[in-house]
Amino acid sequence: MERKIRVLVAKPGLDGHDRGAKVIARALRDAGMEVIYTGLRQTPEQIVSAAVQEDVDVVAMSILSGAHNHLFPRVMDLLREKGVDDVLVIGGGVIPDDDIPGLKAAGIAGVFTPGTPTTETIEFIKNNLKRGD
Amino acid sequence: MNDNDAIKKGLEAYEAGAEKSISKFPERKPAFATGSNSPVKRLYTPLDGAARDYLRDVSFPGEYPYTRGVQNTMYRGRFWTMRQYAGFSTAEESNKRYKFLLAQGTTGLSVAFDLPTQIGYDSDHALSQGEVGKVGVAIDSLADMEILFDGIPLDKVSTSMTINAPASVLLAMYIAVAEKQGVSPDRLEGTIQNDILKEYVARGTYIFPPEPSMRLITDIFAYCSRNVPNWNTISISGYHIREAGSTASQEVAFTIADGIAYVDAAVKAGLDVDAFAPRLSFFFNAHNDLFEEVAKFRAARRVWAKVMKERFGAKSAKSMSLRFHTQTGGSTLTAQQPDNNIVRVAIQALAAVLGGTQSLHTNSKDEALALPTEDSVRIALRTQQIIAYESGATETIDPLAGSYYVESMTDRIQAEAEAYIKTIDDMGGAVKAIERGYVQQEIQDAAYSYQMDIESGERVVVGMNKFQVKEAPPKGLLRVDPIVGEQQSAKLAALRAKRDNARVDAGLAALKKAAEGDDNLMPHILEAVRAYATLGEICDVLRAVFGEYQQKVIL
Repeated sequence: MERKIRVLVAKPGLDGHDRGAKVIARALRDAGMEVIYTGLRQTPEQIVSAAVQEDVDVVAMSILSGAHNHLFPRVMDLLREKGVDDVLVIGGGVIPDDDIPGLKAAGIAGVFTPGTPTTETIEFIKNNLKRGD
Repeated sequence: MNDNDAIKKGLEAYEAGAEKSISKFPERKPAFATGSNSPVKRLYTPLDGAARDYLRDVSFPGEYPYTRGVQNTMYRGRFWTMRQYAGFSTAEESNKRYKFLLAQGTTGLSVAFDLPTQIGYDSDHALSQGEVGKVGVAIDSLADMEILFDGIPLDKVSTSMTINAPASVLLAMYIAVAEKQGVSPDRLEGTIQNDILKEYVARGTYIFPPEPSMRLITDIFAYCSRNVPNWNTISISGYHIREAGSTASQEVAFTIADGIAYVDAAVKAGLDVDAFAPRLSFFFNAHNDLFEEVAKFRAARRVWAKVMKERFGAKSAKSMSLRFHTQTGGSTLTAQQPDNNIVRVAIQALAAVLGGTQSLHTNSKDEALALPTEDSVRIALRTQQIIAYESGATETIDPLAGSYYVESMTDRIQAEAEAYIKTIDDMGGAVKAIERGYVQQEIQDAAYSYQMDIESGERVVVGMNKFQVKEAPPKGLLRVDPIVGEQQSAKLAALRAKRDNARVDAGLAALKKAAEGDDNLMPHILEAVRAYATLGEICDVLRAVFGEYQQKVIL
């Protein structure tokens, strides 16, 4: 049997806006992926340890508070420290265009801003997995 | 033949004619619906209100059940309070923005705090990193609060503060600033949001578990009824429930169910309902569907009046009147073609005014992208002023009353909300329904179906899933300098070095003792605040006694 794509949907930082995270989690599940949702207020350390423990293929983070420039790269640093290099990391939320190049340089493979259809995120995940089938 | 029979006959003839036209020229779609996906008929007539009794169900402005508004002159007396939610970066920066807003003609202040402040962490706490000053102003101690209101006489403005879990601490800081200005607490006017239940389901800035949280809230009710009598002690909020994706009826239902839980808790704590209920206020969303939103506000007033009279035996008219603030729907704004948001906000603001709001925040066009700039805030405020002074909507009271459609939808939303409230009652009330995850699940289901409707194109969002253009990234967005975090940490270190630390320790010890017992906590928090104990220190004392809420994760 083909292994389902495993995704950790995570809310880093103190932001309480989880409508987007929950909608995307459900859309990914409806698209046949296995989804673990962390709930609110996760530190980068908690997210990375959940990603390792759950052996996920994808970490999808959502921030609407403006703390993305601090928290997204921190998650990437911690993943690297743990020697994890085969997990696709993406992010979404209220993120100004000007910040996107910096986040991509830090290793966030895709950044999805307001108005993105869930289908676009689903396609992106399917086409950019770092682990082979 | 009586009138209704004649109308019925006429309606049948009209429908037959319409069906005939439709057989040649079909309607745009097979079924029509409101913004909340409730079916909408082709036509509404007097037949839709056959069971409605004007005096019982609609009545007059300022009279039970307040369907037409809570005052008898409404906007002919004075306009709603034009109150723009604002705050970012440091107290110094936000103080400048407040002075700008007052100079532009806002009539009340509305303070946005950053997330560490809302969750009771000082700016130098590990979890505050990256969040300081981002979604609001960073307040660590009375010293910051003094700067925030510097040059703003607190006996001349009314101030709303969006603060929930640590509401008592921020209210105490406000009272302490007023004391320094020589303004006694009984002259203060304003609102604290102080609505923890919606934090658990929709907004996320909780700290403590429900039981001690409810105690903090009823302590505030009791303290303010004696000492700060013109303060709105809570703003029971449907706004965030709607932003999280609920329908209009769910917004009314879950908000009023929360309200019932607060009144229940206060009555159980021994307070007389008419002593505190007049200071309860509400906060709703103004979403896209103009008529449904107007009906929602009218229905909310009616549902609450009935609850207060019939369930709680309130005697005072003020206890039964649902007064509310409105904010236009942030989640309806698009990052694409942001100028279009000005038009959305205008329609939503009109709904709030036609629905009889007591105060209003209009969102700025750039809020799907960042915090608003001064220019975009000015347009948002001007939108309110145009509705107030130019549209004519304010010349008579409740102008949509008697519309077959709006009255019928008011009845429908009332019935749907009351059915939800019954379900929640059967579960043991709002706190239990939230602990079970029922409310969260209902909201999420509605949010998901809303999103799927957008993606299927069934729900059109102009500029986003239809009428798109290629556009350059927007320029000139407001950015908060990340240096704010370091500045606040430096301020905190200086404060801790120079304040009377023995007084701080004594104040915190007294607070701990009170929290372990039954004393009203407000006087103890006020004393700690006066000694310049920080927000984080005070909340840590309460965390140690009360514990912390663990979110129920629902998917």
